[in-house]
Amino acid sequence: MAAITTHALVKEYPGGVRGVDGVDIAIADGEFFALLGPSGCGKTTLLRSIAGLETITEGQLLIGDRDVTRLEPGQRGVAMVFQDYALFPHMDVADNIAYPLKIRRQPRSARRGVASEVGDGLSLTGLMERRPGQLSGGQQQRVALARAVATRPEVLLLDEPLSNLDARLRLEARTFLKELQRELAVTTVFVTHDQAEALALADRIAVMSAGKLIQVGTPREVFAKPATTFVAGFIGSTPMNLLAARVEGGQVRLGSAVVPMPLDAVGAVTDGAEVVWGARPEYLGWSTTAVEGGVEAEVTVVENLGASVLVTAVAGADRLQLVLGEDDEPAPGSRGWVTVPPRRTLLFDAESGRRLDAERAREDAVAVDVAP
Amino acid sequence: MTETRTTAAAPPPLAARVARAPRARHFVSRLLTVIGLALLVVFFGVPLAWLATAPFDSAPTLAVAWPDWTLSNFAAIGENRYAIGSFVNSAIIGFGTCVVVLVLGAFASYALSRVRIPGRDGLLYALLLLSSIVTGTAAMVPTFQLVNMLGLIDTHLAVVLVVSGGTLPTVIFILKDFMDSIPRSYEESARLYGARPWQILRDVVVPIARPGLAFVAVWTLVQVWGNFLVPYLLIRRTQQQPAAVLMYTFYTESGQADLRLLSAFALIFSIPIIVMYFLVNRRYGFRFHGGIKS
Repeated sequence: MAAITTHALVKEYPGGVRGVDGVDIAIADGEFFALLGPSGCGKTTLLRSIAGLETITEGQLLIGDRDVTRLEPGQRGVAMVFQDYALFPHMDVADNIAYPLKIRRQPRSARRGVASEVGDGLSLTGLMERRPGQLSGGQQQRVALARAVATRPEVLLLDEPLSNLDARLRLEARTFLKELQRELAVTTVFVTHDQAEALALADRIAVMSAGKLIQVGTPREVFAKPATTFVAGFIGSTPMNLLAARVEGGQVRLGSAVVPMPLDAVGAVTDGAEVVWGARPEYLGWSTTAVEGGVEAEVTVVENLGASVLVTAVAGADRLQLVLGEDDEPAPGSRGWVTVPPRRTLLFDAESGRRLDAERAREDAVAVDVAP
Repeated sequence: MTETRTTAAAPPPLAARVARAPRARHFVSRLLTVIGLALLVVFFGVPLAWLATAPFDSAPTLAVAWPDWTLSNFAAIGENRYAIGSFVNSAIIGFGTCVVVLVLGAFASYALSRVRIPGRDGLLYALLLLSSIVTGTAAMVPTFQLVNMLGLIDTHLAVVLVVSGGTLPTVIFILKDFMDSIPRSYEESARLYGARPWQILRDVVVPIARPGLAFVAVWTLVQVWGNFLVPYLLIRRTQQQPAAVLMYTFYTESGQADLRLLSAFALIFSIPIIVMYFLVNRRYGFRFHGGIKS
């Protein structure tokens, strides 16, 4: 069990492309940590750099108190589950699980013992003699996990752990994975491009883009207070509404409508500033009667999501999406008002895309003072 | 009444007439296919039939005929001073070449599959092109001179080295394909548990590439076993010569090819390769298990 710390970590590929570009991260001991981002953002490269499969170009990597920046993968005390599980097809389940112990020259009987013990913990009893090819996707994943934890690693790395499972199994595996991590209390870092997976599993999430960290926070923080419009658009199963707006007299003008100033942004903006107004579809409401601070709009599309509906409404040139309960479902073509809770809306700077926040502005001012 | 009769005598409906023509054409094309296949079978089958019958004939000719059964031809092999020894020579050369080719081929193809060097594919194709020269007729003289300067004339080692040099590029080419299809994640996984490169090769790469290695072993053995030119050039002493070269010396006193000895010798000569093929095919069936999804 160990914490992971990186200082200005850089992985540069030949040709000058930076897969990881100056990442500073501190992952606490026992934490379940997600690296989230679109494909090509460097999240897998960062994971592989921690594992030692990529040589680190610049910066420092600490696991616990040890500087492992230049150490071989086998000396770092990390274990990894690969996206394709990387189970050896010519070995049975027990040999696969015990392979790390074979490398450590443990006798065969001890290896078999550990394999069956770890396998029992991951409900692999009775499958020990099988070859990986004879197992289902979920079983293969559990074998890969068993092999990874058989050596009691200080750090467990998971590369897209759920992407090879079908949709129904994925949910089951997600719960199982979270349970297992709690039980082992091993520092776990996983990579995913699926924001729902990251929100569901992780204690904290790091959102990455173009090799850089954009935001690190708890799922709730990342969901409710995204640092930039990029994070806002990436997180959430229905993307956040992001509309160009302007600050007018302590309120926000969206086309012809005027909505109340988001609470977080009070004091962080000046009159006349060009901003982006953001609101999650889940937080918006619908009213058939006029509401103060609401946006008058016409419903164009209603999509059924099961117990709720995703409504697309048009207000002038702007399109808004809102998620409503099945009882409040409006008919397509009807007019009404989108209600806006000021506590749940956000403002972003139109130019930089950064969230405007009175509290954060003060923190940033302090940070700038401290910076060399 | 007359009208109804004419209708009854009318020619068969159009559809039936149209259908008959393709059926006839289909029959002709089937017939031609069968005749073509039969000719092919005869072309390849007759020499095999000769090989199956002539060794057991007391007076074999170059024609295929029902033999006048005897085993005396095989007894004649035993009487030949060099016959048994030549098979031992063939086995030494074949085994030696297989070992050299498999070991070097496995290392080289693994390295070429995993290490990115500029011009790698060009290098591979160039080697492949040049390899046919090493064991070919064009390089006969320089090959002989080289071996002569090394003082290796009349040794099995000379044949092993020259044939290995000639087959290695093809072997590397074939094995590299097998190595390429082994997911890198297997090795990375092993590396994370602290496995050294030779352990990865021993525990992961070689077992998975085993069908490829088996195929290459059979292929190499076939190449060496049947190679005439290289041992003929490099081995002058009869007691050192492999079976493929010794066969060339089987003449009767009148200067005619000794078909009794030749046919029996040829049959024994072909058996190891056939047995080897069936063994390997049964054991591996040339199938391959890969990763799940990459």
